[in-house]
Amino acid sequence: MSRGDASPPGPLVEVKDLAKVFDVSAPWLNRVVERKPRQYVHAVDGVSFSIARGQTLALVGESGCGKSTVARLLVGLYKPTRGSVQFDGKDTHGVADQAQLRIMRRRMQMIFQDPYASLNPRWKVQDIVGEPLTEHGLVADAQELRSRVGDLLLSVGLAAADVEKFPHQFSGGQRQRISIARALATQPEFLVCDEPTSALDVSVQAQVLNIMKDLQRKQGLTYLFISHNLAVVRHVADQVGVMYLGRLVELAHKADLFITPRHPYTRMLLDAIPDIHMSGRQRTPVQGEVPNPLTPPTGCAFHPRCPHANARCSQERPELKPWQRIAVACHAVEEGRI
Amino acid sequence: MAASAAALLEVRNLRVEFPSRRGSLVALDDISFSISPGEVLGVVGESGAGKSLTGAAIIGLLEPPGRIVSGEIRLAGERIDNLPYERMRAIRGRRIGAIFQDPLTSLNPLYTIGRQLIETIRTHLPLSEEQARARAIKLLQETGIPAAEQRINQYPHQFSGGMRQRVVIALALAAEPELIVADEPTTALDVSIQAQIISLIRRLCKDHGTAVMLVTHDMGVIAETCDRVAVMYAGRIVEVGPVADVIHRPSHPYTVGLMGSIPAMDQERERLLQIDGAMPRLNAIPPGCAFNPRCPHAFERCRSERPELLDAGATRAACWLVAEGERRAA
Repeated sequence: MSRGDASPPGPLVEVKDLAKVFDVSAPWLNRVVERKPRQYVHAVDGVSFSIARGQTLALVGESGCGKSTVARLLVGLYKPTRGSVQFDGKDTHGVADQAQLRIMRRRMQMIFQDPYASLNPRWKVQDIVGEPLTEHGLVADAQELRSRVGDLLLSVGLAAADVEKFPHQFSGGQRQRISIARALATQPEFLVCDEPTSALDVSVQAQVLNIMKDLQRKQGLTYLFISHNLAVVRHVADQVGVMYLGRLVELAHKADLFITPRHPYTRMLLDAIPDIHMSGRQRTPVQGEVPNPLTPPTGCAFHPRCPHANARCSQERPELKPWQRIAVACHAVEEGRI
Repeated sequence: MAASAAALLEVRNLRVEFPSRRGSLVALDDISFSISPGEVLGVVGESGAGKSLTGAAIIGLLEPPGRIVSGEIRLAGERIDNLPYERMRAIRGRRIGAIFQDPLTSLNPLYTIGRQLIETIRTHLPLSEEQARARAIKLLQETGIPAAEQRINQYPHQFSGGMRQRVVIALALAAEPELIVADEPTTALDVSIQAQIISLIRRLCKDHGTAVMLVTHDMGVIAETCDRVAVMYAGRIVEVGPVADVIHRPSHPYTVGLMGSIPAMDQERERLLQIDGAMPRLNAIPPGCAFNPRCPHAFERCRSERPELLDAGATRAACWLVAEGERRAA
């Protein structure tokens, strides 16, 4: 296993100028008859970040900001329109050699949001968790397969005897543990988790988050963690990227982001979280809604909702630039206005 | 009855059962609480705890075969749990408004929102078409919909999720009800929209003096909105009290666990407190306290005898620890 060796320097995952455009045009006949134009959604529009080994990068944002698209681009479920994803120094979308691609896929796995939809209801847990092992030829015989699956279940806090059960015999939290066990089967180094706890109750969410943290500590896993819940992100992440309409607006270490948020959108998100401890902190009321991604605003996409916007913000799109210890895409921060 | 004179809604010993082939499933077991005019009561719990069912029982929309077996529900002193369908229909919408989770399914996609609002207003209030329209526009403005005069002629699909939920709130308020039952009103919404909707519900209810029963699984929403909160577990209320006391000084071990399992924004914790196991299914609720198999403090009495709600400082908790004075939970 490569994990035990001295890790080579450099980030495990490096994403450069990643973009994905979806064609959402009306069908050809409607375009001809009704003269409807072609329409494109820039779901992800020039996103760059890197994740160091053993670290967790969390992407947060509201629905439609493109965070799940980034997750799917990373594991290769979508092909990027532009940009590159480097995994351990190799371009994941540029590998032509099938054998190499298989090896790379084995090293990265994904956990999906809905444990009711992501497990085949007709398969036993043995088959669900065992499939990646047989698929990648990681076990020699049926007996080894059984014992490996049993070990995997134990590592996520289930019993080895659960292999004979079907998914419907488990609660939501237990199902999500099965998903995690399946993702861990190929001993990956990198896990992409797309809202892994949003379908779960809060006490069950705590169980799953604790397991994920324990596994990371024990096995040195690297996570990309997608969530809309800032409190969860604060708990699991090292680095946090805030997305708005397909672009990163702020990328910072957790401590910086939560204590001194810079981008007006990050501040707004933090202000919007219900204050459970009723500390009576001052907050600015949240205004407006996310615009339609088909017709994004000119300039900075956030300017119609931003209290600090000026003429430049509505014309010129800010780039994500390093600013002190963080990276932020905002003219007002750059000019020192806020 | 002195108590029911002050309370707008009074639920006493409510028990809801679902008959099944293998005996009855008890979905709500001995639920009692009250809401005063202008008060917001939060009902919190995990999926399957019975919080939505409590709301459905109050508005008289229990799905058959579920039925109220015993107990009573009183609105302003008058029993409403045993009313014939037509009489309950006259109360629903007029005196009790409802807001549901998904604003898209609460609105009819084929009618303009104006038509839906005007119909609701005229069903319950003796107003002309013109007066009802003016009232509808005023309601939309009150709920923060810009350009209400134009938007009243639009269809639900022309509204965003947050705007639709504002329309649903306007509908619920249309006949000036005394009580609103809001079932997960912000769960389908993004966090920035949720914050707007929460403050809207709170402001409107204070302005109109409406009592609210807010059902949610989100403790944060409860903290922001409610005056009092009832924590439900396996069809029972395990703790009820003023929201600040339940959050900061919970007495029931389940509430303690629930609060500890929420990732906090203002403190760093390496591990979250976790409650092992899961809530029991309705056909396998353990004897005694329903929480006893998961409770770190359970002792003999918890396994045999069911605790009633007992005074525990500022809150009331259904826990034998409180009775024994063994407050190790805190």
